[in-house]
Amino acid sequence: MHIMEGFLPWQWCLLWYIVSLPVVAYGVVQIKKITDEHPESKPLLAVSGAFVFVLSSLKLPSVTGSCSHPTGTGLGAVLFGPAVASVLGAIVLVFQALLLAHGGLTTLGANIFSMGIVGPVVAWLVYKGVKKAGWSPLIGVFLAASLADLMTYVTTATQLSLAFPVPTFSAAFVNFMWIFAITQIPLAIAEGLLTVVIFDYIMKLRPDILENLKVIGPKIKEKVQAVV
Amino acid sequence: MDSKYYIVLLAMVAIIAIAPLIMYGGLGEDEGYFGGADGAAGTAVEETGYTPWFSAIWEPPSGEIESLLFALQAAIGAIIIGYILGYFQGQAKERKRIENEVKTADGAENTGPEN
Repeated sequence: MHIMEGFLPWQWCLLWYIVSLPVVAYGVVQIKKITDEHPESKPLLAVSGAFVFVLSSLKLPSVTGSCSHPTGTGLGAVLFGPAVASVLGAIVLVFQALLLAHGGLTTLGANIFSMGIVGPVVAWLVYKGVKKAGWSPLIGVFLAASLADLMTYVTTATQLSLAFPVPTFSAAFVNFMWIFAITQIPLAIAEGLLTVVIFDYIMKLRPDILENLKVIGPKIKEKVQAVV
Repeated sequence: MDSKYYIVLLAMVAIIAIAPLIMYGGLGEDEGYFGGADGAAGTAVEETGYTPWFSAIWEPPSGEIESLLFALQAAIGAIIIGYILGYFQGQAKERKRIENEVKTADGAENTGPEN
C-alpha cells in the first residue's frame, strides 16, 4: 500500500498531509488520555505497535503472483480506537520511509491516510457493529482486521486513481484495484487469522484490561475467566 | 478458544502464504512474478507519463541491507510481543497459584464461604 516517494503530485501530497496530521495529533492526545486513565493498558499499547511492526514487515506472496504485506493496524484499532492506531501506523510508515525507501516522506500523508486512518476506522466500526450484534469478539476481530487490511489497499488504489485518472478514473481504478486489492484478499484473511490468535491469547491472560478498555463486556470476561 | 486451535489458524496462514509459491512454482522475478505490488503500482503510474518529482533521501544500498532492515523491523516487533505476552503469562500463572493456595488454606481451616 506504500505509494512510492515522489509518486504523487505535490498538491495531493499536501492534501493528504492536511487530512492525516490532525488525526495523528488527536491520536497522540488519546494515547495520553487512555494511558492516564488505564495505566495497566500500556503493555498492550506496546504490543499493538509491535504487531504493526511485525505484520507490515512480512511481504507475502499472493495468488495474483505479486507480493504484498498485511498492515497489522486492526489490533490497535480494536483495542484503543482508530486515532491511536493512526499513531502506531504513522510510526511504522516513518521507519519504512526513512530506512527502507518504502513509501516516502512526500507520500507519507497519503500512506498514513490509507494504512493509519481508513484501515483502523473500518476495523473499529466493524468491531463495534459485531459487538452490538452480540457475536463472539473473535468473529469481530477477524472481520475487523481483515476488512481493515483490505480497505487500506482499496484506499491506496483510490488515491492513485484520483491522482492519475488516465485514461479515465474508473479505468485507472480497475487497474490499481487489480494491482492492490485483489492481491490483498488472501493476505487480508491471513491478517484476520493472525489477529484472532493474538487477541484471543491476550483475552485469556488479561481480560480485565480488555474490559477496562471496553473492548469486551463483563459477561465475556467472566466466560473467559471460567475457562482459563 | 482452546489454544490447540491456534495451530489450526496458524496452519491456515501458512497455507495462504505457500499456495502462491506452488501455483507459480518455477517462475521467478525474471518472468514478472513475486515482485512487490508497490513497485507494480509505481510502474503503472509511470506508464501514464508521470515522472516522480522526488526520490528517497536514503535507500538501502543493496538487497542485503534492505533485508537486514526488514529483519530488524520484524525482530523489534517480535521481541516486544514475546516479552509482554510472556510477562502476562507468568502473571496469570502466579495469580492462579495464589488462588489455589487461598482455596486450599480455606478448605483446611474451614473459614466461611467467601472465595
